Amino acid sequence: MKKSFRGLMLLAGVLVLLPLVLPNAYYYDVAIRVALNACVAIGLNLLIGYTGQISLGHAGFLGIGAYGSAILTGRFDWPPIAALLAAALATGALALLVARPILKLKGHYLAMATLGLGIILSIVIVNETAWTGGPDGMPVGGFGLSGWQIAGERAWYGVAAVLLMLVTVLALNLIDSPAGRALQAIHGSEVASRVSGVDTTAFKVRVFVLSAVLASVTGSLSAHYVGFLTPGVAGFFHSIELVTMVVVGGMASVFGSILGTAILTMLPQLLSAFEGWETLAFGVILMLTMIFLPRGLVPSLRLKLGRGKK
Amino acid sequence: MLTVDKLCKTFGGVKAVQGVSFTIEAGTIYAVIGPNGAGKTTLFNLISGVYTATEGEVRLHDEVITNKRPEELARRGMSRTFQNLQVCMNMSAVENVMVGAHLRLNSGLIAGMLRLPGVGRADKTCHDEAAALMAFVGVGQYVTAHASQMPYGALKRLEIARALAARPKLLLLDEPAAGLNHTETGEIGVLIRKVAAGGVTVVLVEHDMKLVMNLSDRILVLNHGSKLAEGTAAEVRANPAVISAYLGASV
Repeated sequence: MKKSFRGLMLLAGVLVLLPLVLPNAYYYDVAIRVALNACVAIGLNLLIGYTGQISLGHAGFLGIGAYGSAILTGRFDWPPIAALLAAALATGALALLVARPILKLKGHYLAMATLGLGIILSIVIVNETAWTGGPDGMPVGGFGLSGWQIAGERAWYGVAAVLLMLVTVLALNLIDSPAGRALQAIHGSEVASRVSGVDTTAFKVRVFVLSAVLASVTGSLSAHYVGFLTPGVAGFFHSIELVTMVVVGGMASVFGSILGTAILTMLPQLLSAFEGWETLAFGVILMLTMIFLPRGLVPSLRLKLGRGKK
Repeated sequence: MLTVDKLCKTFGGVKAVQGVSFTIEAGTIYAVIGPNGAGKTTLFNLISGVYTATEGEVRLHDEVITNKRPEELARRGMSRTFQNLQVCMNMSAVENVMVGAHLRLNSGLIAGMLRLPGVGRADKTCHDEAAALMAFVGVGQYVTAHASQMPYGALKRLEIARALAARPKLLLLDEPAAGLNHTETGEIGVLIRKVAAGGVTVVLVEHDMKLVMNLSDRILVLNHGSKLAEGTAAEVRANPAVISAYLGASV
């Protein structure tokens, strides 16, 4: 509890001070994308790191949010906030529908099933050209709320930073609650949690839906921010990227997800000179992390620092 | 309190438990013994809903509970430990015990995320109760420890604390003394007595004969999945079938 409070203060400090040191719009753009992606990664970490259930298809849920918002605002003139909520609701409903059969599976089978789900969603987005523009993508309008428009990097940074702070607090609260302990107990020992009265299926379903809805909301906001959508947001590679953020940052570590996201969002910028090789870099980084820091960055560092003190 | 009636379990062609019947009175300590592979743990898994029975019936307070899910049985006051430790190594020691209190707490995801005032307060109480339970089972010094830092003997007690955190009426202990040395076994015996004195009906599977004979009000002897004998410690010890099959014939 105390530990996470210090982390929260650090995060708040960084988020508040960052605008003072960000030199130009380009760096703002990177910071905004880190903050938004981190929200997805935190949600995914609740599922993967804390509950121990893998999903290789979460970009699909992000895609529903992004395309749902784009289509409802662009084609039907819905207000962006209504489109965001409708897309989140649809994502939640879909996640709820598929969660029960999918989460009965374990290990490799669960990975395959979620992978398949992500690919199906991605294929739908690519093929429904009339609605989504297919591989050519589609433009998305800005995000406004009753006359007030989020315009410019600074405004978007503010929104992304507040959202990240909110998601972090909610996630930390959850982990330190009876529900959060039930989720972690499922990871630790499914049979022990069952005999303790934990309805493991219900909890797996709930956390799956929660992480999917979070991905959808973030997808909607990202779509409005970037202003243009291509099917890649819902694609397989993006799903893997999200899992990589969780694993590199640290399983079962909220702050690890933020750090992992920051590293993996900035890395392609640094590696953009090697066009097409970023994929390889992602792979190499994931492999090196698994070999040298199997717990991920934040938990490993915490362990090292803890030892150093003694 | 607990009645088991002609319970059977087959795994493919193997009859792990065949037609076992017995009754356990409330407030007693009941032991299940037998050689390795006699079906003791299978019997536990059947009673606690981890396995589904092939045939037969289990009744708790005259209510049929055969093949109910473990989480439902927990709701009815049944709790258990495991022969192979099932402690959550990804959590702290006290959090493990708090998982045992799951059913008494508001475990809504949204309530947890928003840390509603009631949730926070109940959680604080739960933490204190869990710490007190850890002291009760004799692992009070590990309250601030992570489960992965605890030695084996302490983890066995931690499991008992988690089971007790559910405030069970019926507690199943699967080999509570397995892997413990002589002194530790004695201490576990004292602990089990304390638990039973608190009004909890205890059923245990155990290999340590001295512990079983000292502790148990009644003993069930299993051999090859079926009931060989049942009775008090003295009756079981005097039973010729038991002596030849299990304790070793005194020639």
